[in-house]
Amino acid sequence: MLMQFYRGLPALIAITLLLLGWEAYARLSGISPTVLPAPYRVIEQAWIYRQPLWENTLPTIRATVFGFACSLTVAFLLSVLVDFFNPLRQALFPIFIISQTLPLVAIAPLVVLWFGFGLAPKILLVALVTFFPMLVALTQGYQSTEEEFEQLLASMGAPKWKRFLLARLPSALPYFFAGLRISITYAVVGAIFAEYAGAAKGLGIYILNAKNNFRPDLVLAAVLVSAVLTLILFGLTLLIQRLAMPWTRSALGSGR
Amino acid sequence: MTPPRLELTGIAAGYADLPVLQDISLTIGPGEFVSILGPSGAGKSTLFRLLTGALKPARGEILFDGRPLDTGSSPFAFMPQRDALMPWRRIIDNTTLGLEVQGISRHQARKRVEPLFDEFGLSGFERHYPSALSGGMRQRAALLRTVVQNRPMLLLDEPFGALDALTRAGMHRWLENMWMRHQWTAMLVTHDVREAVHLSDRIYVLSPRPAAIIEVVDIPLPRPRVRTGVAGAEAARIETAILDTLLSPYEGQSS
Repeated sequence: MLMQFYRGLPALIAITLLLLGWEAYARLSGISPTVLPAPYRVIEQAWIYRQPLWENTLPTIRATVFGFACSLTVAFLLSVLVDFFNPLRQALFPIFIISQTLPLVAIAPLVVLWFGFGLAPKILLVALVTFFPMLVALTQGYQSTEEEFEQLLASMGAPKWKRFLLARLPSALPYFFAGLRISITYAVVGAIFAEYAGAAKGLGIYILNAKNNFRPDLVLAAVLVSAVLTLILFGLTLLIQRLAMPWTRSALGSGR
Repeated sequence: MTPPRLELTGIAAGYADLPVLQDISLTIGPGEFVSILGPSGAGKSTLFRLLTGALKPARGEILFDGRPLDTGSSPFAFMPQRDALMPWRRIIDNTTLGLEVQGISRHQARKRVEPLFDEFGLSGFERHYPSALSGGMRQRAALLRTVVQNRPMLLLDEPFGALDALTRAGMHRWLENMWMRHQWTAMLVTHDVREAVHLSDRIYVLSPRPAAIIEVVDIPLPRPRVRTGVAGAEAARIETAILDTLLSPYEGQSS
């Protein structure tokens, strides 16, 4: 516990210095708070506007979680299918890669146009940005399975699906969690972007309105909330990983 | 007379335009410990692929207990080169892997392996993950996983190749003891001459690829084998003789 605190110390110092520098600049240069508000003011305003901020955070959380759950489910099912039928992989992967080249700026308004201002377009956009990293992580994870595990299982008479369950799926876990950590940060950004393109409520639309009202302090307050949200989700994935892969913990303990 | 457990006659095998095995004939009787000794790349793994049915011989015949190998259920329990313990399974769950594949419930499988942990020098480590174990212990766990499958014959593919010399020597003694007690029928593939001489009743020496059997060495030494006295001297003599056969005719080609 103490070790982890010491490891985090340099980062903590760097962030504090950055904020102090910003605060000093904002106060001493005489720059208008409608251009660059000081960190203190951002936090103060965030506290004053906590009620609307919270009300706008909830839809973002909902869009992020639902969208991510959808993309995770589909990515997992497809990864299994693709692992069993290689031609499917050759047919589908180019499409997925192209889907990643589409600029979100262009897609987001279109999706809103097609699916309206409700939850559906947000879920779709979150899924769009997180699906591919998850699929790639899982597929690579399966492929990282050690040859010997499969040979061993084959010598025991295990059919292909049993080899998948006993060797390939657990082998993919570290890759899965690496992908999860990357995607979860994309997911929040994707949700906010979808709201920015059109929504009744949400951090994205809140940011847009605050900007239009010349309130950069509230823009930054919303940014702060989204950053905290992302960090919490990120921390959750780390926690789940620790629970799901207990052998990595004991390996650390034994020093091997 | 009962047929030998495993009998290979005039086996030739290979891939497309690469002949790997040229003419392999060997027999292993029930309860015998037989080694296949050869330079690396001589086609030892091809031999295993033939036995596990992953590859069909181009010529020759494989009989097990007098009958052709049937593709349905393998009579072999296989121990791979590295221990191949799955890092995400506790030691006990690694040892029950073969039973689990056979469809035996986890509870039943654990009950079957648990009494054996003591004999394999693993008691107290049932709940550990493989990463917490030393190389020798991991190898013993891998052997336990192999023997609990209760197959008629063990195939050991250079099982101690990754261990340091001291641990390996210890494992040889231990394995010989276990073998004497259980009378497993075993085929060991190795390129370690000392290992082969220590453990085997008979050694088949392979030539480099395409491999043929260039010598069959019976080892009539008493067990447990020792490295002292008359028996020890005899073992050393056999080792030297085998090394000479393995090295001399090919020394010119290898450079």
